[in-house]
Amino acid sequence: MEPTVSTPVKAPLAGVVPAARANGTTPTLFEKSRAGRRAYRLPAWEGHDTRPEELLPAHLVRQGSIGLPEVGEPQLVRHFIELSVKNHHIDKAFYPLGSCTMKYNPKINEDVARLDAFRGMHPLQDDEDSQGVLEVLWQLREALQEVTGMEEVCLLPAAGAHGEYLAMKMIRRHFIATGHPERDLVIIPDSAHGTNPASVRMAGMRTVQLASGADGLLDVEKLKALLDDRVAAIMITNPTTVGLFEARIVEVNALVHAAGAFVYMDGANMNALVGVARPGDMGFDIMHLNLHKTFSTPHGGGGPGAGPIGVRGVLRRYIPGPRIERDAGGRFCWGPAPDGAVGSIHSYWGNFGILLRALTYVKSNGSDGLRRIAENAVLNANYLRAKLRHAYDVKYERPCMHEVVLRGTGFRKFGVKTLDVAKRLMDYGIHPPTIYFPLIVEDALMIEPTECETLETLDQFVDAMLEIRREMEENPEVILQAPHTTIVRRLDEGLAARNLELTWGGETRS
Amino acid sequence: MPYVQHTAEDQQEMLRAIGVRRIEDLFESIPESIRLREPLGIARGRSEYEVMRDMAALGARNRPAGALTSFLGAGVYDGVIPSVVGAILSRSEFYTAYTPYQPEVSQGTLQTIFEFQTMVARLMGMDLANASMYDGATALAECSMLMTDGAKDRRVVVPAALHPRYRAVLETYAADVDLEIVPVPCAPDGRIDIAAMTAACQGGGVLVVQQPNFFGIVEDVVEIRRALDTVPAANRPELVACVEPVSLGMLVPPGAYGAAIAVGEGQSLGLPPMFGGPYVGLVACAKAHVRKIPGRLVGATVDVDGRRGYVLTLQTREQHIRREKATSNICTNQALLALAVTVYLSSLGESGFRELSHMCLVNAHRLATAIGRLPGYALRFPAPFFREFVVRCPRPARAIIEAAKAEGVVAGLAVAARFPGCFPDVDERDLLVAVTEKRTAAELDAFASLLGRLGGR
Repeated sequence: MEPTVSTPVKAPLAGVVPAARANGTTPTLFEKSRAGRRAYRLPAWEGHDTRPEELLPAHLVRQGSIGLPEVGEPQLVRHFIELSVKNHHIDKAFYPLGSCTMKYNPKINEDVARLDAFRGMHPLQDDEDSQGVLEVLWQLREALQEVTGMEEVCLLPAAGAHGEYLAMKMIRRHFIATGHPERDLVIIPDSAHGTNPASVRMAGMRTVQLASGADGLLDVEKLKALLDDRVAAIMITNPTTVGLFEARIVEVNALVHAAGAFVYMDGANMNALVGVARPGDMGFDIMHLNLHKTFSTPHGGGGPGAGPIGVRGVLRRYIPGPRIERDAGGRFCWGPAPDGAVGSIHSYWGNFGILLRALTYVKSNGSDGLRRIAENAVLNANYLRAKLRHAYDVKYERPCMHEVVLRGTGFRKFGVKTLDVAKRLMDYGIHPPTIYFPLIVEDALMIEPTECETLETLDQFVDAMLEIRREMEENPEVILQAPHTTIVRRLDEGLAARNLELTWGGETRS
Repeated sequence: MPYVQHTAEDQQEMLRAIGVRRIEDLFESIPESIRLREPLGIARGRSEYEVMRDMAALGARNRPAGALTSFLGAGVYDGVIPSVVGAILSRSEFYTAYTPYQPEVSQGTLQTIFEFQTMVARLMGMDLANASMYDGATALAECSMLMTDGAKDRRVVVPAALHPRYRAVLETYAADVDLEIVPVPCAPDGRIDIAAMTAACQGGGVLVVQQPNFFGIVEDVVEIRRALDTVPAANRPELVACVEPVSLGMLVPPGAYGAAIAVGEGQSLGLPPMFGGPYVGLVACAKAHVRKIPGRLVGATVDVDGRRGYVLTLQTREQHIRREKATSNICTNQALLALAVTVYLSSLGESGFRELSHMCLVNAHRLATAIGRLPGYALRFPAPFFREFVVRCPRPARAIIEAAKAEGVVAGLAVAARFPGCFPDVDERDLLVAVTEKRTAAELDAFASLLGRLGGR
């Protein structure tokens, strides 16, 4: 099929945009502040005349102004709306950010999370007043156990990295409890997310890196060489960060178990597997899910997420409390964890509002819909792979799972880098893919379309990528200078780091 | 299911382009033995109407404190939330975007985080703040860990009246990384025992001070600072302040008493209780520690045309660059809730925020005075408090709470029953009572009379 060419936006004619607007920057709210303005009226109260010093020791009473901005409600709303439109977001356009699973966020989930029956629940209310929220957690736990094939799911972690951390703590606890504190080494493939090694270290263990094979998968022979009685675990992202399924996973898991260690699955890429295959059936001992990826809770500009973990076998006893229980009468309650379990990892019971949205998503999709997620996510990624493989360097020439990774080496000869392609995509109204990750692919472009995108959207993306490929040969300068149509152009990150300005009016030389 | 919209023809066209016959062919790399043969044991998908009905029915099994007259706080406060907070948070531009890795198309999120950092830093009286952590307890735990990282003295001095959930999280993070927790008891008035604290602070590391403490009591942070400064500099712990942000409208901020890092739970700044999360951990610090702190940082810069803009900065501290040497494993944090806090603080503004804090202080004292006059009741501790205080009841607090519930009132927290063994200074009669801006003068007076009636039963 002949791709239709998207016309890049031309530079505006001089003078068309009035000078006063040409800059496009939004002053901070602090600059817009005028003493005496205020957007919100508090409820009536008595005792305005009581001075704080009458109730508190005078030397502990704050003096002087805090420096919060003073604006009226209309100005406040305009400020944030003006800022909001400077964002790219899923509801506006395609967002193929690899490894992040930027799928559509259904609106019913937000409606459910707005119900006062959930919002008004205090985390320290009695169990008898909390039956609805406890049942939400119970139902979600059951559903995630079914999806993952793990024996027990713990909903406490607030994000994927938090789940990784908890899992590593549980493994550490196990080896200390069983008299093998010397087992403190965790094998991390070189294709792993950076959170994996960081989580290991926070849990008081050490990492050893495992180089991937030429096929992008685990190198089983090298793994065998690393497995000894100091190894506590291996962390495996499956499908891998290059978008491939670890075909020898059953054998790998058996090998690791035979060496007395545990296998952790980083479930960041679970979108490829839902309803198709289950980590529990593959022999994984422990794993995390990112509900903001696979279960479509909104990414929120960088959180909140939720990172429940699934556990099988002996590690279950280390799951932190409180644990939800259901008594014979069908009543839900919090129960304690056994002695020796990992302690609390969150102020309360996890990101309930996110868990609530995820349960809504499970109910809307059901078993039939969940399987369609994986099927169509994989179909979409393979379609992009097929359409782009002639013009771009596809690192691994075989069907991928939910994402496809391109290599930036093919267009180096035009003086164009991966970063430039990413920036140029913005001019086509598309959010760039993840770039320069995973580290095992040179100058990677990691594209994850998700199941939600139609064929038309995928074709528009393909057209943009092919057009950029043509521009490399005909007019690389337009790519090197990109983006041209965004509210700001390329930003000086070096300056930001050298001349730290992290607050308004607070410049700090680093 | 409306979220996947390929027609059969689309799928055929795509499969043809790929060069396979069926979707299943794309899963051939998954060994047959581990592929699911049966559908998942989960009910089939249902319509939006049916799902909403189901979720609302679950909600109906709750008895949310927010719908009652609540005096339950203990770290989570049911305060007013301006309508503008919900309106801005429900903008797709904010809630359906992700971490601003590509600054040219993320200036909205980046500038709001910059404004958030500014407000948190100013509230705390500190040089700078980060873009948020998961919640108050993890912010405290991670920062305590980092401030002792690499130091010869890996110890955290912790007062007895630190929130027990925070203490529990701190203990979890400290376990297995050779971080010693050194407890300091309360003085009889409910504040930190400064003599014991000074004795415990001779070995470096960090000292945690919670302000107000779990009992709602205002610690004499000026005196604490003075005591700390008597310790020779080489052995003097850094001060980590853990503050309830609403109190900062009235109380001296951590920067004024020399905190190296100030952390807090942002929930009371415009977030619903939501059964414990999602909340937002606040982290502010002195300039000297900027490279140690966890989490994202947004900094100002210029683009190639000289226009002001914002980017994620000092990323070399972070896991995606430093991997096992990173200051934290944190990746996804709580950006949307940081936005809620930003909108909330902008909405109240300087005068509104001061008034809010003042109002909570005054109303809490009005209630405490009324309760103190009731026969059989007394304030458990004599020290000054902000908006929360412990009442010694004539009967077990649990019985009072149960009886009040029948009248639509959530009386507070039965401290000993909820956190058994955590506090030697409280017993089953002690009730922790919080006052938010939602409580009217009439409700405060009615609650005091209710306690009066219940006390005699």
